[in-house]
Amino acid sequence: MAEMKVKLCGIELDNPIIPASGTFGYGYEFSEIYDINILGTFSFKGTTRDARFGNPTPRIAECTAGMINAVGLQNPGVERVISEEIPKMKKCFHKKVMANVSGFSVEDYAYTCQRLDGCDEIGWFEVNVSCPNVHGGGMSFGTSPEAAAEVTRAVKAVTTKPVFIKLSPNVTDIVAIAKACEEAGADGISLINTMLGMRIDLKTRKPVIANKMGGFSGSAIFPVAVRMVYQVAQAVNIPVIGMGGVSTAEDVIEMMLAGATAVEVGAANLIDPYACKNIIEQLPSVMKKYGIEKLSDIIGGVR
Amino acid sequence: MNQGFFGIIENTPLTDNVFRMRLSGDTSNITAPGQFVNIKLDGLYLRRPISVCDCEDGVLTIIYKVVGKGTEQMSKMREGALDVLSGLGNGYDTSLSGDKVLLIGGGVGVPPLYMLAKRLIGEGKSVSVILGFNTKSEVFLEKEFAELGADVTVTTVDGSYGVKGFVTNAMDVDYSYFYTCGPEPMLRAVYNTSKTSGQFSFEERMGCGFGACMGCSCKTVTGYKRICKDGPVLQKEEILWQK
Repeated sequence: MAEMKVKLCGIELDNPIIPASGTFGYGYEFSEIYDINILGTFSFKGTTRDARFGNPTPRIAECTAGMINAVGLQNPGVERVISEEIPKMKKCFHKKVMANVSGFSVEDYAYTCQRLDGCDEIGWFEVNVSCPNVHGGGMSFGTSPEAAAEVTRAVKAVTTKPVFIKLSPNVTDIVAIAKACEEAGADGISLINTMLGMRIDLKTRKPVIANKMGGFSGSAIFPVAVRMVYQVAQAVNIPVIGMGGVSTAEDVIEMMLAGATAVEVGAANLIDPYACKNIIEQLPSVMKKYGIEKLSDIIGGVR
Repeated sequence: MNQGFFGIIENTPLTDNVFRMRLSGDTSNITAPGQFVNIKLDGLYLRRPISVCDCEDGVLTIIYKVVGKGTEQMSKMREGALDVLSGLGNGYDTSLSGDKVLLIGGGVGVPPLYMLAKRLIGEGKSVSVILGFNTKSEVFLEKEFAELGADVTVTTVDGSYGVKGFVTNAMDVDYSYFYTCGPEPMLRAVYNTSKTSGQFSFEERMGCGFGACMGCSCKTVTGYKRICKDGPVLQKEEILWQK
């Protein structure tokens, strides 16, 4: 019998599969087609202090084995997330959810997390210091160890739940940033956010995306994600959530061997709304094929 | 929304670059005219959203123009099955139409109006249709609309067939309500020319097509809407034109 349970900062997950923020809304679009309670948990749409429309359209471009998005953190703002989205989510999802939070100043991050800390439905925070699609915030906090540590300290000071810091791959030394977050009190690290990318339309000679650049995701970035998860997991003593191009049960196992305690699935949900369900259903047979009885045994098991 | 495989029954050219594909599969999720399907194609990461032209007894008809790699691949298919997400989008609401309805379509915006015309005529309403194209060789579906019992006017920009000019040159008729689908410049012109309330179907580059990614959001009078989930059909009164 395949044992898929993993423990994430003291909270047990039935399996390590977590739909990534921004690809799963607040869960209810997906609950129309399957019972989303089969998931380990999910990370809800990135939430900011104030409501945001995000960037102009087009926000999406296709790439070989992937896509670019420049949504720009569209969300209704933390107060409406608490009063409208979480109650709606609660009707279809009965486990602890991961609250993804973004901001434009250290105070923004702290304020939004503090407001959400009182929600019983939330099990963990995932603090996004890596959004490539907003100016004057987001990724700028995730590209220096000092800024990432400052956000971590500010959020930790006002919250009681475990805090994961979600890191950007668009940096020269991701290990230094991860270590700075660990030293500042982070309970875990999640990575990687999207890679900064761009496409140009040959007919119009204009960028495909209105915001010119955007976050590149999808199976094409999986090897980069595995490498960075491996580097960070080797360097820190807190759990790592691995993500970036994961689309199969085999990818999940590879990510866990690299050092991930749990695995997020992002762009794959947009192409196949059943992606996470299929991965969870296929995991036992793939585990059997590779002689794995307990998934938690293989975390960081790369030789 | 439903995901399923649809078998190709027919894939025939209607003009030089517009094809009609008939597919068999579970169409139970397609409930309103103006909805769309999202099609997975080999080697292409994102699905291709295509409007539903007709849907009856497990047979789905789509009409698409070859504009890129995805539609080119589709145009070469003669058999086999397609992975299709069906029943996407809100579709047109026929309850608001009144008795004398005008449908205005431009180019590949014409197909979703076919199922709409069929539905409206089935509800006992009088339907007039304006179909706009650039030139005679691009005209399609004229006969099919007429066979449903609609009063059809074709316009061509170069005057090679029907009324010379744009769809708006043929809109000086009596109607209680209108429905439209076509390129955005045409939608804007219809918005400015129309004398009654109506419904507009919009296009946008999409990520998922079912409301998860916020890739196709737009601002409206009634708040932010996702073209794929809260649209593609918007009421005239809620449209906020950008730029």
